[in-house]
Amino acid sequence: MSGPLFANALVSGLLLAGFYAAVSVGISIAFGMLDVVNIAHPAFIILGSYAASIANASMGADPIVTAVALSPAFFALGLLLYRFYHATFERRGREPLRGLAFFFGILFVTEVALILAFGVDYRSVTARYIGTTWRLGTVDLPLRLFVPFVVSVAMTLSLQVFLSRTFFGRAVLAVGQDQLALQLMGVDPVRIKQIAFGISIATAGVAGALLVIIQPVQPSLGREYIGLVFAIPVLGGMGSIAGTLAGAAILGVATSFTATFFGPSWAPAVSFGILLFALAFRPSGLFGR
Amino acid sequence: MDRRHPSVAAALALAVSFSAVAQEPLKIGFSMSLTGPLGGNGRAALLAMQMWAEDVNTKGGLLGRPIRLVYYDDQTNPANVPGLYTKLLDIDKVDLIVSSYGTNVIAPAIPIAMQRKMAFMTLFGTNPNAKFKYDRYFQIMPNGPDPAVGLTKGFFEVAMTMDPKPKTVALVGADAEYPHAALEGARTNVKAAGLQVLYDKTYPMSTTDFTPIVRAIQATNPDLVFVASYPPDSAGIVRAANEVALKTRQFGGAMIGVQYATLKTQLGPLLNGVVAWEVYAPEPTIKFPGVEEFLARYQPLAAAQQLDPLGFFLPPYAYAMMQIVGEAVQRVGKIDQAKIAEDIHSHEFTTVVGNVRFAKNGEWAEGRPLYVQYRGIRGNGLEEWKKPGHEVVLWPARWKSGDLLHPYDQHRK
Repeated sequence: MSGPLFANALVSGLLLAGFYAAVSVGISIAFGMLDVVNIAHPAFIILGSYAASIANASMGADPIVTAVALSPAFFALGLLLYRFYHATFERRGREPLRGLAFFFGILFVTEVALILAFGVDYRSVTARYIGTTWRLGTVDLPLRLFVPFVVSVAMTLSLQVFLSRTFFGRAVLAVGQDQLALQLMGVDPVRIKQIAFGISIATAGVAGALLVIIQPVQPSLGREYIGLVFAIPVLGGMGSIAGTLAGAAILGVATSFTATFFGPSWAPAVSFGILLFALAFRPSGLFGR
Repeated sequence: MDRRHPSVAAALALAVSFSAVAQEPLKIGFSMSLTGPLGGNGRAALLAMQMWAEDVNTKGGLLGRPIRLVYYDDQTNPANVPGLYTKLLDIDKVDLIVSSYGTNVIAPAIPIAMQRKMAFMTLFGTNPNAKFKYDRYFQIMPNGPDPAVGLTKGFFEVAMTMDPKPKTVALVGADAEYPHAALEGARTNVKAAGLQVLYDKTYPMSTTDFTPIVRAIQATNPDLVFVASYPPDSAGIVRAANEVALKTRQFGGAMIGVQYATLKTQLGPLLNGVVAWEVYAPEPTIKFPGVEEFLARYQPLAAAQQLDPLGFFLPPYAYAMMQIVGEAVQRVGKIDQAKIAEDIHSHEFTTVVGNVRFAKNGEWAEGRPLYVQYRGIRGNGLEEWKKPGHEVVLWPARWKSGDLLHPYDQHRK
């Protein structure tokens, strides 16, 4: 095992982890904190990719700038979606499996809407940094991966600070634990959940812009990420943003090391093996309570 | 004495002619990948097939019957295919069947075709009939009688023209039916060329970052790097090769995706130096009668439908596939699956992709896969790709338009 190969594998793994964190932090909020099994999350990621790609093709807009600019729109979409979900399923106390079917439906509807509107061809973006690689000694730092890493870590840490330091953030954490207690304190848990779900969808929009920087996308690509977006929060500990970051780092580095030293076809088996092993010893995840 | 009134005779004549027009449509059924990873190609193929049906119907149909294409979206999912073909044959009662696009979705349709003894013309499968050995199977991709070997042979024949000759190779591909078949063919060619394999691994379809894979390949320092991939991974590997500054003498392979406008324009100059498999290139040596006219009709339609605006890869072959089926049916004069298959086996067909004769196993009797080297691409526009000189044909010798530039790392940019 040569030093440069090891160092590059580590850096690649961390860069990949940044992207993994971006795609899964929204699930950590929706599934981990709000108990909403939003299996359509990857479809909103792809929606974010398409928004970034269209703005890039028509106006030359940078995907990151588009993602930030469109965050309020994705947030609003999340508010509406949660309101509908709450009115039709959650409030009526329907079994969770029906809610799951609802989000499956949203997944397929979003896919079909993208197909009808934009076709099925692969879409991508151009940006100056995409073809650039920084070389730090023997370590390569492709900006195509480094820029998404920086944005993702910034977004995830901001969320961590917001959720742990603000009254609203604590209310979001509380709503997943005891809604009645929250109501007794004069807080509307539905409103809290609605806003938190909006934040979750907004992160999906940003993750989509990061995805299309890394690779071309087509409407059904999101399905490839269903396993991953749930595995990372489960490994890190449901509802823990720091845990999501740690889970993403572990799976990202494991994927990179497996691909470099043992063969890439083993990467999913190793990643999910780690997940099973970790859950065997800590069923609530690494940072779970 | 004929007591019929002239107007009655005219009405009878009209009725006879009306019955020809109102003939039961001749239904051609197929599943097609209209969504999913290969949906873009599937839709482009469908457009070409619809163009053929319209052309035939304008001329009065086939056997005097208007053509009707009956198709369903298989979502690029092999699991959907058997059910769709069963429906086409049992519920829709189609007269003929052809295939969807690609090995993964052709393979599950073959047992249904065999069970119903249907002549089965297929679109770009890499040897899915190898195990079935169905004698009414035909395939339009021009890789020759041993498709997996034929598909990859050019890459290694081009490599062996280098002086000094290469000695080592790395093989890498996706975990899926097509890349596995292509890698299998590549191994046969590697053995025949006497090359030493330093790396031979596959990666899962869900791979996002290819830089660790390219670095692992680089660590073995191979003379050649052969890749068998699907569109997103083709883009990922080409990007990673540039980011890692891959040092090798020849890089490329049977990479699906680089044939389409989307990846050509997205990758642009990153493709320079890559040696890739193509089935058409706008080079002066490639002049199949009718292909340029076909592309001139196809391109505006494709642009309107947001499909591959170049159409160099699949559409001409999808059109040619239907031309062959139509010509065979016309010659047989009725829907007789055995005779249609026999006719396709025993005749040479003139199509928009050139003259085609089929071998006993249903593949082209004489292969014509092209290996080209991308060169001189400066930007991410489409126009460069329409001009000669940017996809120089290196192999086969009959269509060659230039020599290999090597090593790859010096001709990358």
